[in-house]
Amino acid sequence: MTQVERHTYDVVVVGAGGAGLRAAIEAREQGLRTAVICKSLFGKAHTVMAEGGIAASMGNANPRDNWQVHFRDTMRGGKFLNNWRMAELHAREAPDRVWELETWGALFDRTKDGRISQRNFGGHEYARLAHVGDRTGLELIRTLQQRIVALQQEDHERSGDYEDRLRVFQECTVTRVLKDGARVSGVFGYVRESGRFFVIEAPAVVLATGGIGKSFKVTSNSWEYTGDGHALALLAGAPLINMEFVQFHPTGMVWPPSVKGILVTESVRGDGGVLRNSDGKRFMFDYIPDVFKEKYAQSEQEADGWYADPDNHRRPPELLPRDEVARAINSEVKAGRCSPHGGVFLDVSTRLPAEEIRRRLPSMHHQFKELADVDITAEPMEVGPTCHYVMGGVEVDPDSAAATGVPGLFAAGEVAGGMHGSNRLGGNSLSDLLVFGRRAGLHAAEYAAELGTDDRPRVSAEQVDTAAAEVLRPFSVEGGEPESRTENPYALHQELQQTMNDLVGIIRRASEMTEALRRLADLRQRSRRAAVEGHRQFNPGWHLAIDLRNMLLVSECVARAALERTESRGGHTRDDYPEMDRRWRKTNLVCELASGDGELAAVDPADGQIRLTRRDMPPIRGDLLALFGKDELLKYLTDEELDT
Amino acid sequence: MSAAPGPKANGSAYTARFRVWRGDADGGELRDFDVEVHEGEVVLDIIHRLQATQANDLAVRWNCKAGKCGSCSAEINGRPRLMCMTRMSVFAPDETVTVTPMRAFPVVRDLVTDVSFNYTKAREIPSFVPPPGLRAGEYRMRQEDVGRSQEFRKCIECFLCQNTCHVVRDHEENKQAFAGPRFLMRIAELDMHPLDSAEESGLDRKSAAQEEHGLGYCNITKCCTEVCPENIKITDNALIPLKERAVDRKYDPLVWLGNKIRRR
Amino acid sequence: MATTETAGPSSGGVHAPGRAAIAARQLRTDRWWLAPAVTVTVLTVFVVYSTWRAFANADYYAAPYVSPFYSPCIATNCVNMKGGADLQIFGPWWGLSPALLVLIFPLGFRLTCYYYRKAYYRGFWAAPPACAVAEPHRKYTGETRFPLILQNVHRYFFYFALPFAVILTYDAALGFRDAAGHWGHMGLGTLVLLVNIVLIWVYTLSCHSCRHIVGGRLKNFSKHPVRYRMWTWVGRMNAHHMAFAWASLVMVALADLYVYLVASGAFADPKFF
Repeated sequence: MTQVERHTYDVVVVGAGGAGLRAAIEAREQGLRTAVICKSLFGKAHTVMAEGGIAASMGNANPRDNWQVHFRDTMRGGKFLNNWRMAELHAREAPDRVWELETWGALFDRTKDGRISQRNFGGHEYARLAHVGDRTGLELIRTLQQRIVALQQEDHERSGDYEDRLRVFQECTVTRVLKDGARVSGVFGYVRESGRFFVIEAPAVVLATGGIGKSFKVTSNSWEYTGDGHALALLAGAPLINMEFVQFHPTGMVWPPSVKGILVTESVRGDGGVLRNSDGKRFMFDYIPDVFKEKYAQSEQEADGWYADPDNHRRPPELLPRDEVARAINSEVKAGRCSPHGGVFLDVSTRLPAEEIRRRLPSMHHQFKELADVDITAEPMEVGPTCHYVMGGVEVDPDSAAATGVPGLFAAGEVAGGMHGSNRLGGNSLSDLLVFGRRAGLHAAEYAAELGTDDRPRVSAEQVDTAAAEVLRPFSVEGGEPESRTENPYALHQELQQTMNDLVGIIRRASEMTEALRRLADLRQRSRRAAVEGHRQFNPGWHLAIDLRNMLLVSECVARAALERTESRGGHTRDDYPEMDRRWRKTNLVCELASGDGELAAVDPADGQIRLTRRDMPPIRGDLLALFGKDELLKYLTDEELDT
Repeated sequence: MSAAPGPKANGSAYTARFRVWRGDADGGELRDFDVEVHEGEVVLDIIHRLQATQANDLAVRWNCKAGKCGSCSAEINGRPRLMCMTRMSVFAPDETVTVTPMRAFPVVRDLVTDVSFNYTKAREIPSFVPPPGLRAGEYRMRQEDVGRSQEFRKCIECFLCQNTCHVVRDHEENKQAFAGPRFLMRIAELDMHPLDSAEESGLDRKSAAQEEHGLGYCNITKCCTEVCPENIKITDNALIPLKERAVDRKYDPLVWLGNKIRRR
Repeated sequence: MATTETAGPSSGGVHAPGRAAIAARQLRTDRWWLAPAVTVTVLTVFVVYSTWRAFANADYYAAPYVSPFYSPCIATNCVNMKGGADLQIFGPWWGLSPALLVLIFPLGFRLTCYYYRKAYYRGFWAAPPACAVAEPHRKYTGETRFPLILQNVHRYFFYFALPFAVILTYDAALGFRDAAGHWGHMGLGTLVLLVNIVLIWVYTLSCHSCRHIVGGRLKNFSKHPVRYRMWTWVGRMNAHHMAFAWASLVMVALADLYVYLVASGAFADPKFF
């Protein structure tokens, strides 16, 4: 049997971003021995990139805000494709999750009377985002990190060992979820630093690995976002849903090339920033879709009045949900009304005094100054859409975050699907992490606690050997004949990113996606010959070769689901089917591994690895439907749905 | 569509001479590379290009590439910096750019160092003590009261200050006794937190900073402030105020006398 | 520093086992040595000059101007300053320069000042000479032990600096009298003393200890709005403490030099009115 380092825990959390850390805290607070696995250093997770804030209807800025309004906004933003129960739980529990952070030391910006200040954001009816300048994600991650340290200090006090009940494994990558029959039995992975393998035996595994953005060329996501959790779930036999919905954030940097895609926070618009094309026109007024006509201002004058007096003005169209704004920018650029580097102008310099900009948007000011030589207090920024978030993910039970069909597997955060429907509202991600991170941790702990010692699933040596062989493969690939020469993993990755960006990007067509699937099949074949040099110690080429498997799997999910859904909705826009179709509203597209047994190689290359099926969503509960007007529901729901 | 590495040339490109340290704990050397540089790029882009084209297994730690996560700390021409925030335009095209790992920590491989010292120190700092009797949702704090601690919470934990501080950089043996600027700043942050109740629970952060975390080792030479990519005024706003607070506790005769009397 | 021994390149510090094996002790390519070199030069010149002047016990009063080194003048051997701060607290038994009696206070204030500490630790002690430039010492204990632990008394020197600043303000005001003691005069010397006292005030009030005392020590600013205001002001000045430290150091020497030149007859004070 392969030499591996072995550990035993009750709950293993894969991923140490907001959701992972929150899950780990909860599992440990339930008294269970918990391990957290980070792909990078503790506290560096992608959550730190979140800028704007955490959406929670605390009602500090506007007392009329409550969970029902938040629920309504979330459903509208997701074009009613959201799992309604998740949206409900999220809206109900978000304020408690934010307040809880304060008891762990978080310091949000304050209102005059000392409460948590809340800011405006796209798609949110009231100012709702708890924030710290424009570095809210950092505050969130640091607070959770420090909470974990506090719990470790408690354990140290008790037992003399900081890691007695809660341990963080830094810079480790999980490559397989191990199973005993149908049930989860642990995880297999490697330590990035040494290349050594490890197995953690645990009956409950929480996936909290974030998104898939690194499959796209222009993205705001970091290298970690290779869809690991999505792939781990697929390989473990759990289905993914909604994978066709990928959010392109409307405002990413477009210049210089090396920073293309880096996020420009939506707070710029929430705090007064406006979008203009090369003619100087505030073009968003031309792009208000019918479903939002009543909610958004029709003139600049009306829009400008809203910042000071939101009760008597309608919102500026710059604050439409992200999918709408991204499409609008895309259209302006395609029409040739673009900025010098192929974006549009985002201007806050003429809207706020310089001092105020520096105070409210310090890291944006810093980012543009340092990376682009642009002073945002004096000149406009150039921005364009960037791949930002995947709405799709592991299909989970809304209350327990348990993955479908695999006992012991849980998922929370971006890797879980359903909560955001077809499009996520800004600010709903951080609250999602906290609400469902906690739920996943809680239910994973309950699941693990209910198992007796004899009843715990066991790790089979055979599975460990197979997993090890799979990971070591890139070292033993040998070039031979020209048709089987070795491949450079970096080159393969770049081709994959280009393919997804060009063919399954923000605007999609059937012919292009068919082509994308063909290329993905080709890349999949070639990726089996991805070879690396050197040894296993901190070898980034090797790490990338392993991650390619995951990116190829999720890319195929995205492409297949996008080809199947013949309508445009939220983060999925079809050139050949530009309208939203009510009949598609209640349908989830479900991706599963075609082979069904976690084996990848045997599948015929032309067929691909993913099997796609349609599944009807449960009908929305009556009292929640009653929160909407009949006229509005008519735009989304079919007549027969409305009748029942 | 081609798989040509690197972004498309946008404006002028040139070939730069890079000197990158390669090796591990057993030894290593500075190795020379000639590599293409395009307009608007940062040092991390060049390191990535080396990885993709000339040295597939070049180890480098990075993450967000936007100066927000603090992973890609290294030393560039001898100065501790984030690779993602060091633009190539600050170097002359004919200048050799030397990139080494941080030199205060043990090296793992190439540009990656073992920063566990920092995580050990983080655990030794007593955590936030929530005020008893206040439940979640009942916290009220004024903006002016949270401003100071908020500045310190901008810290992205790149550990450049820990790396550059001569107390541990030049004196390995001080690592035991000295928490380093980042974690002394953490003490200051908590001590200035308007609702931290450490004192009520019998924990004196001010004295502890000096007695247990080595505040006295700091000779305020400000290198931590100089290298901070977040421009946090670590010395002026955290370390010196913390020293003054320790003076309140330990060297102010009136306070000392008062404490003596009260203890009786 | 206090307990360090100077040593050549050692196996410690950046060459400690486990760290990246780089032969050079530092790799900076900029002129990092410039700042410490300037510090050493300026401070040395100042120390030499002020030592000479402090011991000189001559040419420190040229009515109506008094050298800041000799004010207040608290021994009977002081020259008569016509209503100035010559207080004659020390009797005729004090035969040395009266400057020696008072200079310890401004000297101590500057010696323990957080900025000057940085400057001379870097410049004179090379601990460190510049950031990421290895220091030449084998051991380092910083300000944890005697004598450097005494740096913690800075705030008491700050308290003493306040009456000194008041007295020098008084001196500057007396500069508006003519040599005979009549008000309504202004010469170049008046201006010199004015500039000097302004710089001394901003240097003194921008001190880190001052910032702590006026408000920095508070946990809740919102309960002390006035002190919060003061803290904000001092904080704003404190950001320029280094600039004030150098400006006032140079100016105080220039002020003394000016009085010396006038008193010794080398130069006649130009009169404005």
